This record gives sequence, C-alpha cells and structure tokens, in this order.
Amino acid sequence: MIKRDLVIIGGGSAGMAAAIEAKKNGIDDILILEKDNVLGGILNQCIHNGFGLTEFKEELTGPEYLSRFADVVKEMGIEYKLDSLVLDVTENKVVTYSNANDGIVNIEAKAIVFATGCYERSAGAIQLSGDRCSGIITAGTAQKYLNIHGYLAGKRIVILGSGDIGLIMARRMTLEGAKVLCVSELMPYSNGLNRNIAQCLNDYNIPLYLSRSVLRVEGKSGRVEKVVLAAVDDKMKFIPGTEMEFECDTLLLSVGLIPYVSLLDKLHAEMSSTKGAKVNDQLMTSIPGVFACGNCLHVHDVVDFVTDEGREAGRGAANYIKGLSEKKRHITVKPGNGVGYVIPQYIETDLNNDITFKFRVRKPIKDVFVNFKSGDTLIQKVVKMVLIPSEMVMIKINKSKLENLPVDEIEVSLEERK
Amino acid sequence: MKELTCIVCPRGCRLTIDDELNVTGNSCPRGAQYAKDELTNPKRMITSFMRVKNRENCVVSVKTSTSIPKGKIFDVMEEINKVGVDAPTHIGDIAISNVLGLGADIVITKNIK
Ligand SMILES: Cc1cc2nc3c(=O)[nH]c(=O)nc-3n(C[C@H](O)[C@H](O)[C@H](O)COP(=O)(O)OP(=O)(O)OC[C@H]3O[C@@H](n4cnc5c(N)ncnc54)[C@H](O)[C@@H]3O)c2cc1C
Ligand code: SF4
Repeated sequence: MIKRDLVIIGGGSAGMAAAIEAKKNGIDDILILEKDNVLGGILNQCIHNGFGLTEFKEELTGPEYLSRFADVVKEMGIEYKLDSLVLDVTENKVVTYSNANDGIVNIEAKAIVFATGCYERSAGAIQLSGDRCSGIITAGTAQKYLNIHGYLAGKRIVILGSGDIGLIMARRMTLEGAKVLCVSELMPYSNGLNRNIAQCLNDYNIPLYLSRSVLRVEGKSGRVEKVVLAAVDDKMKFIPGTEMEFECDTLLLSVGLIPYVSLLDKLHAEMSSTKGAKVNDQLMTSIPGVFACGNCLHVHDVVDFVTDEGREAGRGAANYIKGLSEKKRHITVKPGNGVGYVIPQYIETDLNNDITFKFRVRKPIKDVFVNFKSGDTLIQKVVKMVLIPSEMVMIKINKSKLENLPVDEIEVSLEERK
Repeated sequence: MKELTCIVCPRGCRLTIDDELNVTGNSCPRGAQYAKDELTNPKRMITSFMRVKNRENCVVSVKTSTSIPKGKIFDVMEEINKVGVDAPTHIGDIAISNVLGLGADIVITKNIK
C-alpha cells in the first residue's frame, strides 16, 4: 500500500492552509485530495469582495484570496490531486480515493486532516410546505450557477433566510437583472453580517422581513408561481391573518450551513452540537492522528479565520507525526449560560503558548462579561459590548492560566453587566 | 443626525453622523471616512463576471479597481455585460479601462487557463 505522512482531504482555504503550515513545520510528504477540478473550494464562487482584511490587510474577492494560497501550495511543491474524491477513511488511517487516472487507490497515512467544508440545508431539511415544484434552490447553488456558469436561476426571487450567502445573492441577482422581492427571516434578528444587510439589501431597497417565514409555496404548473409568507409568534407558530403573497418564479434558501462530516461520522469520531467533530487544543478529533478544521469543524463566516484554523490543524498534524503531541491531561471545555458551543472541546497537550477559544452566542446580547471558570475559580473575565450569533467570538488565553485548575473542566459563560 | 452601518469591514460598526459631519460609533478612521463619503458622495465597489468568448459556458469574475458612484452601478453593469474577454485570463488584467470615465478600471479577478 502507498504510504504518506499527511493526507489532507479537501483543497479549500482550510486544506491549503493546513498543507502549507505542515510543510513549514517540517513535514515534506503531504498529499491534498480535492474532488473539484480546482483548488480553493467554495471561494471559487464567492466573487464578491471582503475577503482577506485580517490576512492581507486588503479587501480581496474570493478567487483572488484563494489564488494567493494556491500559488504558495504550488511554489512549495506540495502535491495535490484534483478531481479526486475521497470515498472512505478507516480508523487505521487508510484513505481511499478515486479519480479517472488512478482508479481507486488506498493510502496509509500517518495523519489525516479533514478540511471538507460544509453544505447547505435544503428544502427537505426545513420541511417547506406546499407544492413540490422546480425553482426552489439553495442560495449557494444559485451562486454557483451564476458566478461559475453564468446563468440566473430565476427572474423574480423570494429569499428565505438572511444568512450571508442569501444576502450576497440578493445583490448579485439584482445586478444581473433579476427582481428580488424580499428576504424573509424566521428569527427576530438577521443571521447575516450588518454590512451585508446595508450593502446588499438597503442599497437596492430590498425589504427584510423578520419573524416571518414561508407558509406555503404554490406551483401547480411545476414551477414556483407564488410564495406565501406569514408572521410567526415567539413559539415559531404562524399567526393567522398575516399572510403576504409574492408572485415569483424562484425561492432561494439561505437557511443554514452544516459541516460536511459523513466520513468522520463513519469513523465514529465523537461529535459535538456544532454537527462537527469534537477536537482538542491541537484540533485533533477523538481518533488519534485525525484532525479537522475550517467549515467541516464549525461553520465560519470569515475566511481569514478559516485559514488560521487550517494552520492550527497543520501544526497539530505536524506535531503528531513528529511524536510531540503526548496527551498530558484531559480538560473538558463546555458552553455555559448563553453560549452555543466552544472549540476546542478538550485541552490535552501543553504545546501551545496560548489557546484560542472560539464560540458563538445563542442570541444577540449587549454589555456582557465572558467568564472562563474552572469550578468556582475565575480564570479570565473579558468585557464585550455586543455579541451576535452570526459573529464567531475568539478569545485567547495564555497557557499559564490553564495550569493547576481546581477541576478538569472549563466553562465559558456570559454574565450581564449591571 | 443620520445612522448608518459601516460596510468597510465585516465588523459592521453602527455609525452616526451629524450635519457638521462629525462621526461617532466608528472603531477605526476608515469608518469616519466612509460615513462622510456616504453623505456627500456614496460609492460602491462592483463585482461581477464577464463572458469568456473562447470557452464554452465559461465566465470570469471581475471587479472595479476602485469604488464608483452608487448612482452609476447599473450603468457600469451594462458596460461589463456588453463585452467579453478571451482566455487565458490573469488576475489583475484590465478588461475595461476607465469605465464610463469614472476613473475605475474593470479588473479580472480569476485565472483561467
Ligand atoms: C455557498 C457558500 C458561500 C459562502 N460565502 C462566503 C462569503 O461570501 N464570505 C465568507 O467569508 N465566507 C463565505 N462562506 C464561508 C466559506 O466557505 C468559508 O469562509 C471558507 O471558504 C471555507 O473554507 P473550507 O476550506 O473550510 O471549505 P471549502 O471552501 O468548502 O472547501 C472544502 C473542500 O473540500 C472538498 N471536499 C469535500 N469533500 C471531499 C471529499 N470527500 N473528497 C475530496 N474533496 C472533498 C470540496 O470540494 C471543497 O473544495 C460561504 C460558504 C458557502 C457554503
Ligand atoms: S468603523 Fe472601522 S472597524 Fe468599524 S466597520 Fe468600519 S472599517 Fe470596520
């Protein structure tokens, strides 16, 4: 069987960063397997700008951002295979992939990084009611049709869900001559970034209806003809008499992203509430030598942070291959009051000088302390003015503060400032 | 007094600006400049694509090299849609220079072999 030190599954932003960083940390025998015909992942279709402000201090489009990393991958001589779909991974770290040239190939790896990205929730997943007709597609699919293949998915559009991809597509489709009638959001707040509401909706007078969802879709002809929205109460029940009808040919769904983890799931890696795998401070999953980063670990909104996380996984994998990542402890990190999830879920090594805790809040909140506690001991207290679910929070804590804890547990919680 | 959302970076600070163009709420100087521009001469970057003439079903992404007046967005889109380019394309190639005399070029943002 072919043997490799490090196999990276997925050549998007996370995978490329992991490969580059592992190489910088002394691992030479690296292979990236990518199912698409280009490197870069989802960024290939994100042609708008706003990427790279942290990484490069300039505002790049998705393709420009990805090409900077693809260039480095090539310059460093890191091997990658395109059109190569990973079919299976075993606990013994045997990766099976297939492509037209090589056929089906097994590779035994010392370490594996999962960087497989995420997928969009679909109509079935949200139990959309009404006629089953064509013209209901996810915002990301419409983005691919338009920005990669050059055609519009529809002419009169209603968008369900205020995630960033939906907002970005509202503007894109308007610019290409479609009429976007409205964006409807189930929650009482938007899930997208403020700037995208300003520049993608307000600029084009596209209304955003909060606490409203699709009551039914009508499309007897086989294509969407009408979408009926209605307001929902605080228990998410439709309120009779609040219906709004929109004649349209397309319903775009931007109702959430889910980490793509079917292969990790098959390995019985321990999973978290993010729908991604649980990881330790090296971004290693519960399967020794198997790492996860980027959108397949938890869904990110800013690619710069994906790149950073990819690097972390690349370093983690390099440490593992070099035999440095001995487990010295087992501290569990858990979300407390107001916090949805925290990454990493475990602290096991002492290899990092600082540990960056990443989390999302459950609902928008102002003027809070973020408390890191172990038992009754307060490890760190951080003031935050505004926290919203659509923005990932990152707080760095020095390793010295994480030593000699009273219990093997850290809880991250919110406390309102009086 | 006017309230607006800064669109310069993903933080999206909520800004207020008064009639004397004093800005509050910004976390950095770029926010202040944005609010002033927004009241006097609002501008936007445009990103879109152009047809690649010598490839089947192929488009290449483009952007304006600098922001253009908000009121000209659809005029610029029309210019972008009028023409196509030939592959290979390179990031940074200029597809249309000084579009509509607005001082911005239409620049290619994707390499296509
Ligand atoms: C539709 C969509 C639009 C988005 N728009 C924005 C945006 O506008 N701005 C922003 O900052 N962020 C956006 N995001 C978030 C964006 O995805 C992340 O910021 C970042 O690009 C994700 O990088 P990644 O490497 O984790 O995932 P991806 O870029 O998705 O890369 C994953 C890669 O893994 C490959 N892969 C998956 N499974 C396999 C397999 N079995 N075998 C081989 N290869 C495999 C995929 O083909 C893909 O190339 C968007 C996400 C989606 C889904
Ligand atoms: S004011 Fe500065 S930090 Fe705030 S959104 Fe604007 S550019 Fe970003």
